[in-house]
Amino acid sequence: MKIILDILRRENAQSTPYHQQIPFETEDETCTVAGALTEINNDKEAADSQGHLVGKIIWQSSCLQKKCGACAMLIGGRPRLACDTQLREFAKKGRVTLEPLKKFPVVADLMVDREIMYANLDTIGIWLKESALLDEDSSDQAYDASRCLQCGCCLEVCPNFYPGGFFTGPASVAPVSRLISMLPESQKKELFHAYEKHIFEGCGKSLACENICPAKIEVNRMLIHSNAAAVWKRGSFRRKKA
Amino acid sequence: MKTINIIGAGLAGLMAAVTAASAGYQCRLFSRQRSERAQSVLAEGGINAVLNTMGEDDEIENHFADTMRGGVDLADPNAVDAMVHAAPGIVTWLHQIGVPFNMQDGHMIQRNFGGQKKKRTAFAKSSTGKMLMAGLIDETRKWEADGTVQRFAHHDFIRILTEETEVGLICRGVRIRDEYSGRLTDYEGPVILASGGLAGVFPGMTTGTTQNSGEVTSTLFSQGVRLGNLEMIQYHPTTFGINGKRCLVTEAARGEGGRLFVMRNGSPWYFMEEKYPVLKNLMPRDVVSREIYFVTRQEDCQDQVYLDLTGLPAETWKKKLPDLREEIRHYLDIDAAKKPVPVEPGIHYFMGGIDVDELHRTSIRGLYAGGECCSQYHGANRLGGNSLLGAIYGGKKAAETVMGEYDSYVAEVSGYAALQPLPADFDDPLTREADPVLILQLREILLAGMGIVREEESMQKALDQVLALKEEAEKDLQGQETGGNLRDRNRIHLAEAMLRSALARRESRGAHYRSDYPEKDEEYRKTAVAEWKDGRACITYRPLPERRSAGR
Ligand SMILES: Cc1cc2nc3c(=O)[nH]c(=O)nc-3n(C[C@H](O)[C@H](O)[C@H](O)COP(=O)(O)OP(=O)(O)OC[C@H]3O[C@@H](n4cnc5c(N)ncnc54)[C@H](O)[C@@H]3O)c2cc1C
Ligand code: SF4
Ligand code: SF4
Ligand code: FES
Repeated sequence: MKIILDILRRENAQSTPYHQQIPFETEDETCTVAGALTEINNDKEAADSQGHLVGKIIWQSSCLQKKCGACAMLIGGRPRLACDTQLREFAKKGRVTLEPLKKFPVVADLMVDREIMYANLDTIGIWLKESALLDEDSSDQAYDASRCLQCGCCLEVCPNFYPGGFFTGPASVAPVSRLISMLPESQKKELFHAYEKHIFEGCGKSLACENICPAKIEVNRMLIHSNAAAVWKRGSFRRKKA
Repeated sequence: MKTINIIGAGLAGLMAAVTAASAGYQCRLFSRQRSERAQSVLAEGGINAVLNTMGEDDEIENHFADTMRGGVDLADPNAVDAMVHAAPGIVTWLHQIGVPFNMQDGHMIQRNFGGQKKKRTAFAKSSTGKMLMAGLIDETRKWEADGTVQRFAHHDFIRILTEETEVGLICRGVRIRDEYSGRLTDYEGPVILASGGLAGVFPGMTTGTTQNSGEVTSTLFSQGVRLGNLEMIQYHPTTFGINGKRCLVTEAARGEGGRLFVMRNGSPWYFMEEKYPVLKNLMPRDVVSREIYFVTRQEDCQDQVYLDLTGLPAETWKKKLPDLREEIRHYLDIDAAKKPVPVEPGIHYFMGGIDVDELHRTSIRGLYAGGECCSQYHGANRLGGNSLLGAIYGGKKAAETVMGEYDSYVAEVSGYAALQPLPADFDDPLTREADPVLILQLREILLAGMGIVREEESMQKALDQVLALKEEAEKDLQGQETGGNLRDRNRIHLAEAMLRSALARRESRGAHYRSDYPEKDEEYRKTAVAEWKDGRACITYRPLPERRSAGR
């Protein structure tokens, strides 16, 4: 299989980005975008279509089996995991574009700074203050929610999320839902309040996030579940007080 | 303020941070990438602890005996004793911090795992590592929020900073590079290494991650840190190749009833069941991998072994192994509930690594190690479910030791001037990345020398090739501190140490099987210690201590 990788390159955050077309050939029908990037980086002589040396392409990887979220990038314009995207999908077209995720600051080439995602989890206060309350049912819920990779693909497509806004976006839905599934009584008021402010009030329910999620996190189900626990219950609690 | 530096944010690093932070110590937690991307998230099958929830009269002493036997008596019995005693408390605590272990009728379920006769492995379906990490990440975040733990994600280890004293080297701190800005900073204080295993020595050929590049261990070795039992590399019996790596089929698949077979004269031969009637498919991994190696070379057998999971009840797939079924379907297009899965042994775990004592101290004062980067608990072969335990317990133990020695450490280093801030444009030759071509060359050499079955000639040939590369690298470096590439050189040093360690052990024990010395030899029931001295990797043997107290 022969294919052209059209990569949006950039030496660092300050420099001007440019597209580079790199011809790539492989016998391996299962070769992924991650596999291609690894091979090109292993080849010191790799050249682009104009004959210029490619040099090292900066990107992030770790597990290479869609379990860690490191390699998220825009592939053919869509946020995806490089290790879970096979080149043969694009073989007919003969080319595929690779760009860094756009909602985050670029560090270099395909590597972006996703620290805002963790800052958001700090803002909401995702941790237990007392022992978890887990039984057979809540364990299942906690399990599903703990599967989130913090890859950021969902943030890329969410129409309501932008870094620095009060809405922390779909990547915080699973972590909150995980906490809610095991939350001790004493922490409820505080967390439910944070949930309402940082998630409930910002989400427009378009579910673009769920469709794109490489881990198939059921964002909608988690939102419904969390709303029921945090917002509606809290509402009645408020009314009672008033 | 008492401050501890931690390198690595997998299970061992997070546990060290949580332990130290909750005792009031300030922690700097450095890692190449965020914890969500650490190798620990990949663990599938489970974590061992005697909880005795399955009505099998399990006892802590059984856990001790299985771990020692599985490791063919090459682990420090006192360290193992302490770990297995701490295990039930650790698993209970993990449940309290929100790890969704599989439960039934209000208690944790435990499953069978290799090398253990009792059901002793607690698990969260087939993604135990991810679930443990989610719990520990939240727990650490609590300390990050109040500033006790400072997170330095995207920060790369460059080197430790040492001082020569009359009684050997002392660690003054660590040099770190911010991968985003490129800036180098020296951080003062004791250092805990939790940088994971050596997957990066065999890129593409292991079940591990690309992040664990092997760079930390190779740098430390060249800096004078001693390593232990480097020849002990675990080949997991059931893996399959996917683009760029080996994908694991968890041992839990056999724990839940999976059977290995090979086609012999046209019909399936369940060789493990015939050869090992007691533990059958759940023999320790070194034994299973070796059997696969031998049966696939037998004339009357095909060269492919299969894992038959078709007998597993639907309920087991749904409640205990959902992610595994989905993974096999995704990569191999096989529904494992209906068709056997072709499997092969693949490199999975490193029993050897940074040499530590029972308290997780390295050979350099002020430097500690925990988790897969160090050699502890697993001897010549690790039992499944013991490394998640070893990483968590090891991180905890290392932190406790640092805290216990903190004041005496401070007194010892008080005579030295404080580390000076580095100028913004400061450069260190160790920031130059290793040559990918050399990395692949070393990989091929080591694979040829250190396979499942080894012998003198091929190991010696591999060593000669490494020594030739070493000579070239030395020439490149000669006379010019910044010329050549130090990371290349360090990787070559580590490869030399691995091969010399394997050559020196003239016996077969656990993962180290030699066709020229197929028997175990009591003379070698010792830790093989590698040290860089006078321009070469020197191997010496250290006797193992006696167990102080049996079954407290
Ligand atoms: C697929 C798979 C399945 C497994 N299943 C099981 C199981 O079921 N049961 C079991 O007991 N064990 C299992 N294991 C083994 C177990 O998961 C590991 O041994 C354990 O998680 C190691 O934890 P750790 O904290 O020592 O290292 P890791 O989780 O590997 O963490 C290493 C950390 O060091 C950092 N690091 C590395 N290099 C640098 C550097 N140069 N600079 C800065 N930081 C650096 C990384 O970023 C990372 O944060 C499995 C392993 C694999 C690969
Ligand atoms: S919800 Fe899905 S897309 Fe969003 S961060 Fe988690 S795994 Fe990634
Ligand atoms: S449902 Fe729509 S608005 Fe809400 S988090 Fe998902 S993408 Fe964003
Ligand atoms: S490298 Fe882990 S998800 Fe792609």
